Amino acid sequence: MAEGHSPLAQFEIKRLVEMNVGGVDVSFTNSSLFMIIVIAAITLFLTLSMRGRAMVPGRMQSMAELSYEFIANMLKENVGSEGRKYFPFIFSVFMFVLFCNLIGMIPYSFTVTSHIIVTFGLAATVFVTVTLVGIFRHGFKFLSFFVPSDVPAVLLVLLVPIEIISYFVRPISLSVRLFANMLAGHTLLKVFGAFVIALSWWGGWVPLAFITALTGLEFLVAFLQAYVFAILSCLYLNDAIHLHH
Amino acid sequence: MPQLNFADFPPQLVWLAISFVILYIAMAKIAIPRISEVLEGRQDRIAKDLDEARRLSEESEQAKTEYEAALEEARSKAHTMVAGLKAELAKEQDASKAELEAKLADNAKAAEESIANAKETALANVKSIAGEAAKAAVSKLVSLDVSDADLNAAVEANLKGKA
Repeated sequence: MAEGHSPLAQFEIKRLVEMNVGGVDVSFTNSSLFMIIVIAAITLFLTLSMRGRAMVPGRMQSMAELSYEFIANMLKENVGSEGRKYFPFIFSVFMFVLFCNLIGMIPYSFTVTSHIIVTFGLAATVFVTVTLVGIFRHGFKFLSFFVPSDVPAVLLVLLVPIEIISYFVRPISLSVRLFANMLAGHTLLKVFGAFVIALSWWGGWVPLAFITALTGLEFLVAFLQAYVFAILSCLYLNDAIHLHH
Repeated sequence: MPQLNFADFPPQLVWLAISFVILYIAMAKIAIPRISEVLEGRQDRIAKDLDEARRLSEESEQAKTEYEAALEEARSKAHTMVAGLKAELAKEQDASKAELEAKLADNAKAAEESIANAKETALANVKSIAGEAAKAAVSKLVSLDVSDADLNAAVEANLKGKA
């Protein structure tokens, strides 16, 4: 299989504009380009659709309002009224992941969220933000989060390290979940795409049908992973605000 | 695997940070206020419409009670009117009845009086006729002229004795 046709070739980072600031490589890559496309698409979608400010919304305005209310309700149900302050953050995270996943579904485009470093960067942002919220809200008392209540003291020796590890594993599980889903889905599509070509017109129909079904599934996964990412961020935020499991 | 090429990490992280910060600002300053403004406007509008509907229903309720009160008042007014009219009619009837009775009583009295008068005159006439007859009978029987004074005394004495 030629290098260009590898199922992983789609994840290749290409430097479009080489840049270097203070010894750090900040080149504008295809990944950067799609990040810009994503944030432009989100901003245009939300502002243009709300341009009419119609009392009775049209299709686009309904979608914008729906995404707003979706996250607002998620935050209200999982965090409560204290979470209102963090709505722009959770909303930005959700929209970013959702649009990265969806725009990645366009053929020949690049899926930003299929890179572990990007998902890890996002998950780490969520993790750091949530931890800072917890520390600023509760100060030293935040450490009590790692000590489960109503547990014999002997078990605490075992449970506290487990709690601490599970807390610090959160950004990793959060990022790997999204990255693995995107990577697997897009690789699978590519592999079956290669089968269509390899089996030609007499046998390619079977993998083609499979690809068609898989594409539908991938759209579901794209939405679902954005949802999972956002709801886990909400749950972590809830832990930081209310300090209980 | 391109994802594990560590040389590609810094540019991705840097551009992720840049784009996420831009997105956050765009969301927090433009998109979210705009959407929440519309949603709140709609909420307010719905609340206002509900209030308006409540107000109107209260108004109609009030109008209904007012109408019922007016109806009740009119009914009671009609009742008193009818009662007053009835009483007046009864009074009038009583008055005319009394008048009639009085008139009848008067008539009866007048009739009695005239009967008494007639009786008296008749009795007086009887006296004179009896005298005349007695006088004529006496003069025929004994051919004696009795004086009127004696005759009258005799008739009186006779009537008294009979009475």
